[in-house]
Amino acid sequence: MENLQLKRRLRNYLPKLPMDLLKIAMMLVFVFPFYWMVITSFKPYIESIQTPPTLWPVTFTFENYETIFSSSVNVWQYAQNTVVVTLSVIVLQLAIMIPAAYGFAKRNFPLKGLLFGVVLVAFMIPGQITYITTYLMFSKARLINSLWPQILPFGANAFGIFMLRQAFKQLPDEIVESARLDGAGELKIMFQIMLPMCKSSIITIAMFSFVDTWNSYFWPLVMTNSEQYRPLTMYVEKIRDVEQGLDWSLIMSANCLLVLPVLIVFIFASKKIIQAFAYNGMK
Amino acid sequence: MIKLTPSHAPRLGNGRLNWKEMASSYAMVLPAIAFLCVFTLYPMIDLFHMSFYRGNANNPFKSFEGLDNYKWILFTQPDFLVSLKNTAYYTLAVVVLLISLALIFAVWMQKDRRINRIAQSVFFTPHLVATLSCAFIWQWLYNSESYGLLNSVLDIFGLGPVRFLDSSATAMNCVVAMNVWKGIGYYALIILSALKSIPNEIYEAARLDNSSTLKTFFRITLPMLSPQLFFLLITITIGSFKVFDSIRIMTNGGPGTSTQVVTMFIYNYAFVRNNTLGVASAAGVLLMIILMLITLVYFRALERKVHYQ
Repeated sequence: MENLQLKRRLRNYLPKLPMDLLKIAMMLVFVFPFYWMVITSFKPYIESIQTPPTLWPVTFTFENYETIFSSSVNVWQYAQNTVVVTLSVIVLQLAIMIPAAYGFAKRNFPLKGLLFGVVLVAFMIPGQITYITTYLMFSKARLINSLWPQILPFGANAFGIFMLRQAFKQLPDEIVESARLDGAGELKIMFQIMLPMCKSSIITIAMFSFVDTWNSYFWPLVMTNSEQYRPLTMYVEKIRDVEQGLDWSLIMSANCLLVLPVLIVFIFASKKIIQAFAYNGMK
Repeated sequence: MIKLTPSHAPRLGNGRLNWKEMASSYAMVLPAIAFLCVFTLYPMIDLFHMSFYRGNANNPFKSFEGLDNYKWILFTQPDFLVSLKNTAYYTLAVVVLLISLALIFAVWMQKDRRINRIAQSVFFTPHLVATLSCAFIWQWLYNSESYGLLNSVLDIFGLGPVRFLDSSATAMNCVVAMNVWKGIGYYALIILSALKSIPNEIYEAARLDNSSTLKTFFRITLPMLSPQLFFLLITITIGSFKVFDSIRIMTNGGPGTSTQVVTMFIYNYAFVRNNTLGVASAAGVLLMIILMLITLVYFRALERKVHYQ
């Protein structure tokens, strides 16, 4: 009896098998480059340039990481800059974005249309256009030697304001009114009543900001002059440029330091993250 | 829903309350507006201004040149037009490949099965990783020496070696491949969530009419997805025109000028060369105009064909 059922299930599954195998092969195409990064980082230099390449290190070594952490170039400074800049950007964005989105969604005031137009225009202008002037401004203000040029320009997140405004708009006005009748102040209405209802939108926006800031390379490249204020992305680039002849096992070790924190978070929260990016991100 | 007396409107007839309401509304939105004006709108206007001058970072307005910067990049010096051509090629390739492959991947992962849920996470992973990191990893895979991974795989089949990034014939396509690989999972997810929102009744009706699978796809699925595809088209085009990180890491514009793109042209003239800030600004203004035109043309040409529910 059980055997028969198994047979039937197998017969139902069999036509799907070739496509599933193809899917697994395709998944390997997406996973393998990351595997290759990690594996290369544990190979000694000599093995990394061996023909044919080894799929698993014959000599498994931590020497690349030791080189990185014992080098005169302080990798912790870079890591610290990345963390500080990323957290500051997220906090600053939330502080500016939440009231703005609430105001545009639930309040009426003169020139509202024009001001929201500013948000929409800003949404369309990329950093690759604005950076020259921004650099000149910070340089004039003598702030180039600080982390500010990597934080302040991202203070107002036009995309986030736009998205959160949509979320606020969907909440019925009656909630605001009844809260007001109960004597709740404007701040209380915004933060204690409205905000919790838009939690998923806020998490999504914060996640977008996190990924963008943690991974940014172009902006720090144009905004920093000294090592002291550069983020991890620029450390990886530096590792490449310092070496005579590329030491790929060393580059991949530095790369791992940049990528693994993001990957680990993703592995544990992939379901939530995917939902946030795909399902909330497009409303 | 019509509201007769919106409580959030400034109340007329009570001057003080009205004023207070307005002040608190402005207190909410003005910080954001101030940031956007200082770091986005003003730089845009300033860029336009600088594009008529010759100067450097210490003194952007050394001497007035009129339209000379524009004339120089458009008619005298071929670098800008070369980089524009390369950017256009890159954009076209990425747009076509990303949208068609993301569509295929989305349909492929549509059924609610465990393997598809895993596939979604796996295909999405590169999107979270820095472009710089992906560029380094792929540069390593593309390595032209015999120990480069792709070349040693080709070697098993008696092919190669291919000089992927080191040959001007293949370099740009290799960069395109990396960026498509990086983006596909994200765009497939967006299409997938749109696919799932198509009501099942429509498919059932098509089945009753004995519509073939392909016909159903082109006559029902595709038109129903058109708002999302339209959105992706604009986002991917604009994103591709801004390509910088991957090219700077993988080829730095080379070999020769085969992967030189507009953003790198602007970067080089603004920060690497001397007294060419105006040239960079002029190129920036042109890039901005191009992006605006593309958005406009897309809206004009496609809006009528897009199906909105």
